Amino acid sequence: MAFRSAVVTFPGSNCDRDLAVALEKISGTECIRVWHGDAELPDNLDFIGLPGGFSYGDYLRCGAIASRSPVMQAVIEAANRGVPVFGVCNGFQVLTESGLLPGALLRNSGIRFVCREVSLKVENAQSLFTSGYESGQHIRIPVAHHDGNYHADEETLDRLEGEGRVAFRYAEDVNGSARQIAGVLNAAGNVLGMMPHPERAIESTHGGTDGRALFESAIRGLVGA
Amino acid sequence: MKVRVHVSLKPGVLDPQGRAIHHSLEGLGFSGVNDVRAGRLFELDVEESVSDEALDDMCRKLLANMVIENYRIEKVA
Repeated sequence: MAFRSAVVTFPGSNCDRDLAVALEKISGTECIRVWHGDAELPDNLDFIGLPGGFSYGDYLRCGAIASRSPVMQAVIEAANRGVPVFGVCNGFQVLTESGLLPGALLRNSGIRFVCREVSLKVENAQSLFTSGYESGQHIRIPVAHHDGNYHADEETLDRLEGEGRVAFRYAEDVNGSARQIAGVLNAAGNVLGMMPHPERAIESTHGGTDGRALFESAIRGLVGA
Repeated sequence: MKVRVHVSLKPGVLDPQGRAIHHSLEGLGFSGVNDVRAGRLFELDVEESVSDEALDDMCRKLLANMVIENYRIEKVA
């Protein structure tokens, strides 16, 4: 069965092409591009990607306006039906603003935009998105964000940790995130949001390929090897 | 009807922007400032027919992120 993925473009998205290319190169099938104003998604999707960027110019709050756009109602419905949804950077912000993931992303504690490669620790290697990694493995993935400081109340953080929903943790303090959380899963495990950009680390010319396993895991998990 | 919606970070939520503003005030020589918290003010011009419940709904659904922010609605005139 062919892998069928879609990437949503909001006005101001700028990593939509990167995410679509990563999915296409690793799956070998075309990634369908969806516009924010579309009220419906293509049928029978295996995977929905929400890209990085600055949707709606980060007006109001990062991801706030995008999370209320027509296409997001369809994405929320699909996620609730179990369709895998993967949000990177601004896509993660859209997922928290839409309520598909808990918490919120605040301004980096150091105020500055952070754009560099960071070391991540894989906390949960059992999920659809992370089964290609080893638990505790350290990987190198680029980050590029101004508002990546993950915040949730202590009770929520304890619950996330207890349920194995912290997918990735920064190996160092990058942006002030609570418990250095870099990526979280929803309760059902079909929604992952993360600030780092695995789609920017899929071939050696990128300077690293540690992001490949994330896409390989998901594609293998969904349509088999 | 003019309505002001004041949105502020909940107590305990880190405010790097407020901290930077505080630091800058100190740099300008203002002393005695204990803390600064940055917020947001929305000025809405709405029909008289818009209910309090609808205003509340606007705040909860869009103007404020209830995970990190509180809001206060002030009717101006």
